[in-house]
Amino acid sequence: MSDELLAIADRVIAMAKPGEQVEAVVVRGTETEIKVFGGDVESLSSAQSQGVGIRVVVDGRQGFAYAGSLDESAIAETLADARDNVSFATFDEFAGLAEPDGFAIPVLDLHRDPMVSFATSDKIAMAIELERVVMAADPRISGIESAEYADSISEAAIATSTGIRTVGSETSCYVATYAMAAEGDETQTGFGFSVGREPSELNPSHAALEAASRATRMLGAVQPPSGRLTVVLDPWVTAQFLGILGYTLDGDSVLKGRSLFAERLGESVGSSLLTLIDDPTDVRSFTATDADGEGLAARRNVLIENGVLQQFVHNAYSARRAGTVSTGNAVRGFKSTPSVGCLSVSLVPGVSDPAALIAGIDDGVLVQEVSGLHSGVNPVSGDFSTGAEGLRIRNGELAEPVREFTIASTLQKMLRDVQAVGNDLEFLPMNASGVSLVVADLTVSGS
Amino acid sequence: MIDQSVLEEVLGVAMRTGGEFAEVFAEDRRNASAVLDDGRVEELTSGRDRGAGIRVVVGDTTGFAHTADLTEAGLIAAAEAAAAAARGGGGGANVVALTRRSASRGYDIETYPGDVPKARKVELLTRADEAARSVGDAISQVSVSYGDNRRRILVANSDGLFVEDDTVRTFFAVSCVATGDTGMQTGRESVGHTIGFELFDMYDIDQLARNAADRALTKLAARPAPSGQMPVVIGSGGGGVLFHEACGHGLEADLVSKGASVFRGRVGQQVASKGVTVVDDGTMAREWGNIAVDDEGNPAQRNVLIEDGVLTDYMWDHLRARKEGRRSSGNGRRQSYQNLPMVRMTNTYLLAGEEDPDSIIASTPKGVYVKHLGGGQVNTATGDFVFGMTEAYLIEDGKVTEPLREGNLIGNGPEVLQRIDALGNDFAMGPPGTCGKDGQGVPVGDGVPTLRVSSLTIGGTAA
Repeated sequence: MSDELLAIADRVIAMAKPGEQVEAVVVRGTETEIKVFGGDVESLSSAQSQGVGIRVVVDGRQGFAYAGSLDESAIAETLADARDNVSFATFDEFAGLAEPDGFAIPVLDLHRDPMVSFATSDKIAMAIELERVVMAADPRISGIESAEYADSISEAAIATSTGIRTVGSETSCYVATYAMAAEGDETQTGFGFSVGREPSELNPSHAALEAASRATRMLGAVQPPSGRLTVVLDPWVTAQFLGILGYTLDGDSVLKGRSLFAERLGESVGSSLLTLIDDPTDVRSFTATDADGEGLAARRNVLIENGVLQQFVHNAYSARRAGTVSTGNAVRGFKSTPSVGCLSVSLVPGVSDPAALIAGIDDGVLVQEVSGLHSGVNPVSGDFSTGAEGLRIRNGELAEPVREFTIASTLQKMLRDVQAVGNDLEFLPMNASGVSLVVADLTVSGS
Repeated sequence: MIDQSVLEEVLGVAMRTGGEFAEVFAEDRRNASAVLDDGRVEELTSGRDRGAGIRVVVGDTTGFAHTADLTEAGLIAAAEAAAAAARGGGGGANVVALTRRSASRGYDIETYPGDVPKARKVELLTRADEAARSVGDAISQVSVSYGDNRRRILVANSDGLFVEDDTVRTFFAVSCVATGDTGMQTGRESVGHTIGFELFDMYDIDQLARNAADRALTKLAARPAPSGQMPVVIGSGGGGVLFHEACGHGLEADLVSKGASVFRGRVGQQVASKGVTVVDDGTMAREWGNIAVDDEGNPAQRNVLIEDGVLTDYMWDHLRARKEGRRSSGNGRRQSYQNLPMVRMTNTYLLAGEEDPDSIIASTPKGVYVKHLGGGQVNTATGDFVFGMTEAYLIEDGKVTEPLREGNLIGNGPEVLQRIDALGNDFAMGPPGTCGKDGQGVPVGDGVPTLRVSSLTIGGTAA
């Protein structure tokens, strides 16, 4: 199947004129999404999508166009549009496509046949079971906001007139649910999920029980008083924090003066407990991939080692401009040109389990959910402020639930204030994995 | 886009297995964008997406399939897939006869962006870049983006509805970074309307760019925002997202019907201070959330959600309205043909009051004045919501004083609505927004007059 996509990409780049660099990204995917409610299917979507993105570079100028179709006529129109767009870009001596860099594309087990053959009726059964376990978990569970199963089988081919030629296929699936717990007039919610590359890797009852437990333990939550506290971020929250941190380490932000770590290579930027890696070759990661968005080999990059900033991530353009080589970090869909970003970022786990981390804290908060990361965190200035909910920690034990408060600091200060890294590495439906993380001296704003 | 006879045939196929409702939603969308960053026009992008989504409803189950193949064969294959997904029992033999209706938004597009030379769009980018940089040497980076799209849709369903619409939107934004002794700060301005290239007759691009630059510069001198509860005054036009989050999402009937809203069962009750009237209005001419018909073919409406503090109604889409035996309120929207529609806002706003905005600030001894809010997020089941402040100042002794660094504010929707104790007479719509729900983004507008909330929790770091 994927060979067909590569053949289309080959046909596009064969149309390159002398002096023209052409890149074609051709994708096709099959997706199923099943939502259940009240023991029955609420909606079942099955979809096939495809598209092509074409980038043309001529004499230091770049143009781009895309179409959500693989028809010959659509492809021809897209190439013509991309060519037409070239002349309006500003000349840039570093503009250009990626070129083969000698790194072999890793062989990763990303495509699983059992995902392709998994029957729709089994998918429905799994989603219904997910909801059933949530509802049965606790008498205080009042309902579900959502319970869903989703999977995707995606193929992508990238070819360029500069010699890149890659093709790949990957499968993934997840179950996710938002549970509601009620007591009197009060309702609380909790999220649970499980991710995998094939159905046998999913654990719907774990997802269901996690959601139910997170919702019920928030019942009776109060607004905590304001103050400075030690905070434990649970893996789900840590992963979201790492996603923002990744932005500050992308080579494009650095070159364009938007990274607060721009001048800090080789310097200590955080606690010596912190080792941050970007490793899309770890197949356990939801966003694992064998090649980046420009068709270069995906690879494991160490960004921060024992608190010392080691490197930024780059795509072909940002690397050329920075006088270095691509780290295989081009990020894109077929509707855009490659940007730079982390593909699958995580912290190297520590030695303590979450219970041991909590046992070491006299007065603190375990944060299990944050909100408003897009509105209260500015990765350029480093200002960090998010809504939060979780459980109070008193004398080394979890105590009353707390909600309607914010936690605030700066990204720079938070990295220095890390006190411990948990051993509970968790893979999440996003481009970051999480561990429990203990951060001292965050400002809690509440009553 | 598709012949009526083909649509009737496809709907017939969709209903054949016992469907109670079937719908074809077809879309042909063209996007154009141009980005300038770091002093260079990085690229122009052109894109086209074209396809159809077909849904079939049997009982409480919706089956959905989409295709990029708009031929009769492609549509029939999608209709069969959607019908199979809905698991109908079979035995239906439904003849669908469509009646074409017209969609009207009451104004014309003056200049279709597709007819404007690309060079003119690029020139806007470089002009804005120069204007922003002229504000001062401390402006260390500028990015400017231009975007337009033309979205043609067609909706036909088994109730006989057949309507087409053609929508044009144009957008422009400037983002600046200022660098000083205190580090880096950012400032952004954006404008967007459901109109064509005449957007640039409405706004002075140079002024817009200078405002973005000024906002970044001002924040270089900003001090950390306070931590804890105090009165918050929100500026005219800058803070509609407060109502979008505090009550808008909670009034969406799909969430209400699942018990996932704190506003469930509260129609007819006083849920906000007297004087608070909140409206969702898809008919607002030229606004970012304007629609002639929603993505289920129902005409846009002006819906009063809260009137003088009393909850009057929720927002409805076809499915939820059908279940309740009432009419849709024209709030069924979707990101693209690849998505199922759900209940979404359009332009959501708070009507003006009578107070002089200056006197609202003057009567606030100590608090925070938020001139521009950023995005927000809400948990509709608990009512807790946050929203960011991108431009804010301290209020001391009734005067706006020092600028504050960015942060989130947090509150509980039903509580905050009851704490609105002042409403200005200076209503204005705010910048264009994209509302995200369940992974789908749709364009929305919002607006407020100057208003005061007697107490909100401010998520800064200062004591």
